[in-house]
Amino acid sequence: MTDKTMTEAEVVGRLRSGMTIGIGGWGSRRKPMSLVREIVKSDLHDLTVVAYGGPDVGLLCAAGKVKKVIFGFVSLDSIPLDPHFRAARQTGAIEVEEYDEGMLQWGLQAAGIRLPYLPTRAGLGSDVMTVNPHLQTVVDPYDGETLVAMPAIPLDAALVHMNRADVHGNAQYLGPDLYFDDLFCLAAENAYVSCERIVPTAELTENAHPATIRIPRLLVSGVVEAPGGAHFTSCAPDYERDEQFQRDYVAAAKDPAQWQEFLSGYLAETTDITSGATS
Amino acid sequence: MSDLTRAEICAVACADAYRDNGEVIASAFGTIPTIGVRLARHTFSPDLVISDGEATAVRGTWAVGGPAEGDVEAWLPFNQIFTLVWNGKRHITMIPTQLDAYGNANISAIGDHAKPKVQLLGVRGAPGNSVYHPTSYWVPAHSTRVFVPKVDMVSGVGNDNARAAGPSASRHHDLRMVVTDLAVLDYEPESGRLRLKSVHPGVTVEEVVAATGFELLIPEDVQETRLPTRDELELIRTVIDPRNLRDHEVRA
Repeated sequence: MTDKTMTEAEVVGRLRSGMTIGIGGWGSRRKPMSLVREIVKSDLHDLTVVAYGGPDVGLLCAAGKVKKVIFGFVSLDSIPLDPHFRAARQTGAIEVEEYDEGMLQWGLQAAGIRLPYLPTRAGLGSDVMTVNPHLQTVVDPYDGETLVAMPAIPLDAALVHMNRADVHGNAQYLGPDLYFDDLFCLAAENAYVSCERIVPTAELTENAHPATIRIPRLLVSGVVEAPGGAHFTSCAPDYERDEQFQRDYVAAAKDPAQWQEFLSGYLAETTDITSGATS
Repeated sequence: MSDLTRAEICAVACADAYRDNGEVIASAFGTIPTIGVRLARHTFSPDLVISDGEATAVRGTWAVGGPAEGDVEAWLPFNQIFTLVWNGKRHITMIPTQLDAYGNANISAIGDHAKPKVQLLGVRGAPGNSVYHPTSYWVPAHSTRVFVPKVDMVSGVGNDNARAAGPSASRHHDLRMVVTDLAVLDYEPESGRLRLKSVHPGVTVEEVVAATGFELLIPEDVQETRLPTRDELELIRTVIDPRNLRDHEVRA
């Protein structure tokens, strides 16, 4: 069976400028930050980023990697707003496609099951329809109701961070919520999974129900062992969010010199910073 | 009860929005609505389902700002929440940055959407929430900055826009209550416009009108917002908010 292990650099080596990249997690929770940092270090540009956004979006905006963000929100959870995303929006540096959170899910779902769109009521009557003039409605052939035809959001690549995986790409979450990581992988041409620990397949179910293996290897092109790979976002139960680090991330954004200092420290972070620091 | 605070009156008004709601998820943003839904479930609306803020529904009455205490009764990850939102089994209280006369709410951005003056959270789930299940709003500082003639980005759908968008938008659209630090507002059914329901003790109708940036409907019989009962106060002060976080949201 195929061994799909690779490094962060190898994953990013497979990405191209202009690609549409989906990033899993939610807000400041279980984000594939070591992969995001690798993109920051790369020469990639003009990316379209699709996310339930957190510091992943902020960091990529700050690094000038982003052409467009397709999103429903960008938030750091314990700190409501990401300073870099705000700055990118308020200077007009990026384009956006802003959707209701459920519409975003539907767009990924449609792409994942190879449909052009899925119908929903979400969006009707709101300015999501106005700021996205490409959005069309569709008439229900049974009842005549007019619904939003949420277009598929196909991804060139998906990046997600899980708690465990095997070398073949079967990936497991052990925390409270999968978020929409399965859909991101399903919607992507190629999905790359970073994880806290690569373990033998049998070990995945030693102490956990098979239902926790929510991403099957069928959907995965590459697996990266990245202990601490979600830092400073949360990766329960391996570790909680590093709130102090997140506060530093926000504070550093106020001043370019301070930001460069913060960034160089963060980019130099190896993916073992929190190993053993489980809580 | 001379030491009764405005925050406590607001918390009870938020709780009252969840009366006779049956078995629905009671979601609340902000400290005072959070106190409200826990109070409602502990007392007059015992069937409400309340999340621990992460991914489980917990049955119990615990303090704001602290970990959930009680029996885990369901697993509600975001995927499941989204399904239940569209299924309609939820009543949310959101905090609008802007709100207009028809209950259109903005939480996305201030200014031109292409290059906003102030980027906020994004529309989040507001478009879907408002057309799929009951929605209320909490405004901790009632002012003409929040209550505006026209919101910059319709995130939560108001009564006029839901009607204009047709039956598929209005079928499950159900705006309930707006609680502010000054008053309780509801919607006049015919026009769908916001109207004053009650003013909190010590607040005049004129003050509310002056703090509202559009013509608020004023009925002839504006009541005074009801006071918390002794038991409700006890519950708020000793169980749900012993650290008095409510006063950080609405000053006494």
